[in-house]
Amino acid sequence: MADEPGPEVTEAPPAPDPDHETMLAALRAGLGDDAVLEHADAFGDLVVRVAPAAWRGAATVTQRDLSCDYLSFIAGIDWEPAAREGDEAGGDTSAPVQPTERSYGAAGSAGRFQVFAHVESTSRPRGLTLKTDVDEDAPSVASWVSVYPGADWHERECWEMFGIAFDGHPSLRHLYLPSEFEGHPLRKDFPLLARVVKPWPGLVDVEAMPGDDAPAEPAATAEEPS
Amino acid sequence: MSTTGESPVPSLTVERSSMRHLADAQVGVELDTGDMILNLGPQHPATHGTLRIVVRLDGERVVSADPVIGYMHRGYEKLTEFRTYPQVTTLINRIDWLSSFANEVPFMTAAEQLMAIEAPPRAVYIRTVLTELSRIATFLLFLGEMGLQVGALTPAFYGFRDREYVLNLIEAATGGRFHPNFNRIGGLKDDLPWGWIAECRSTMKVVLDACDDFEDLVLGNEIFEARTQGIGIIPASVGAGYGVSGSNLRASGVDWDLRRDRPYLAYPEVDFQVWTHPDGDSYSRYWVRLQETREAARIVLQCLDQIPSGPIMAKVPRIIKVPEGEVWVETENPLGQMGYYVISKGATGPFRVKIRSASFSNVSTLPWLLRGVYVPDVITILASLYFILGDIDR
Repeated sequence: MADEPGPEVTEAPPAPDPDHETMLAALRAGLGDDAVLEHADAFGDLVVRVAPAAWRGAATVTQRDLSCDYLSFIAGIDWEPAAREGDEAGGDTSAPVQPTERSYGAAGSAGRFQVFAHVESTSRPRGLTLKTDVDEDAPSVASWVSVYPGADWHERECWEMFGIAFDGHPSLRHLYLPSEFEGHPLRKDFPLLARVVKPWPGLVDVEAMPGDDAPAEPAATAEEPS
Repeated sequence: MSTTGESPVPSLTVERSSMRHLADAQVGVELDTGDMILNLGPQHPATHGTLRIVVRLDGERVVSADPVIGYMHRGYEKLTEFRTYPQVTTLINRIDWLSSFANEVPFMTAAEQLMAIEAPPRAVYIRTVLTELSRIATFLLFLGEMGLQVGALTPAFYGFRDREYVLNLIEAATGGRFHPNFNRIGGLKDDLPWGWIAECRSTMKVVLDACDDFEDLVLGNEIFEARTQGIGIIPASVGAGYGVSGSNLRASGVDWDLRRDRPYLAYPEVDFQVWTHPDGDSYSRYWVRLQETREAARIVLQCLDQIPSGPIMAKVPRIIKVPEGEVWVETENPLGQMGYYVISKGATGPFRVKIRSASFSNVSTLPWLLRGVYVPDVITILASLYFILGDIDR
């Protein structure tokens, strides 16, 4: 590795993809300017945030006008900061420490919950990520099943993992979890139950790495096995 | 056979009135029989794990099918939020356990993109070779097992035998047959061992021969054709709407392969063909995978010829912190398109990872696909879709 030519020249900022402009124009034309709230370029992938009322319309436009006939996934995001160690929510001593203040990703968000989906075209190299905001108090968005039949299972998964309902879904049932399961495991306030029962045993073995200035403090907080 | 006029036939002496309901039963075409519920799985061998399909039968015909999944749900999307980036590699190895190396690649690429690191060319080539070897190992098992599902035992032995050669190669390079855990952010754990390239070349000859064997043994077989041709047809539009991907979608005539259409790794530098089949039935899915096994062997051979020398790791910080941002990376894995939507908040671990696994979407077509087929065809359709339970349940 000694002969590596130093830090490589970082690539120039990529020119705006003309296809992104095409996709945005089609979405604006199909949904109205007000419905397309924000957009961003995430490493070449177009991320568009649409108004919740336009969520199903966005699917129709991408499928009909943008020839994005392929549904890759639909999923949810919980932007709430992760529970910290000692939180009532069951913070985990082994989890990487995340920022405590809430911040939103590409194309922003209006609140805690979002639903996002990725669609692609099988006939041309094109794809985009769509996001929409979900009301925290009454989490519900329109279902995509009537546009993309594959949305069925994705929405069931999102419903049980985040508690976000999908209007117009034929049968919102549990997909992975038993039907009597309570709670929404992928919400940030849902603790990782395995760690509640038994703290992460690896913490005891944490040693300071050579070059670490401060000694590793987690070892002191972990319970000594008796 | 002795026929004498004297021997009384008992049935003739029964009065007609008491026979009437029997006669009706034989003549009436529509019987008022209730549908039968059949639980296929979760321990059925044809389900390759613990997939349960509740099928409602009218006679031998499936009226409706409802796959019940989650018997192997391990909650990887939750677990990734409690791991550092290097630790996540261990988890995602277990999603599609037949091609674990190929699972690692999109996640590593996502982390590298967020960190603005590029793996050195030699590492990229070795990743390409190992990804294609995973593909060959996965498909060789399929080529054998699909024969098994239609009642031919011999191809299974061929498949397992030839796959072992490839797994030995993967083990020699990475140390693990199934779970290599070999990718690192910025490159690979180790370089290839001495003599591995020559060994790999000769094994690719074995693989190409094996493909010829399968072609002779299975594709020309009359029973195999009868059990698979015209059965389990997925039209291209339906498949795309359900998110069916990979060989399953190419068998429906969709000419779409991320290796060619959205190039990653070393694929732009090798010459290969994307195979499609217009029929969309179980037979064409077998045919496409057979061609793709050959193509994968050719890609490996080309990569071995072109493999550059140099380092296998880029310069990365010892403690990996991934800058804030989000990225979507998908690759053409053996079972279909696999992608990770990684959201980072600048910590040592991801904030949220959405794992898009191929089998999940492939299997979600089953309620549509199995409607109206006969029970024995359910088995061949399941086999031809080729899913891995860990890839459905995650």
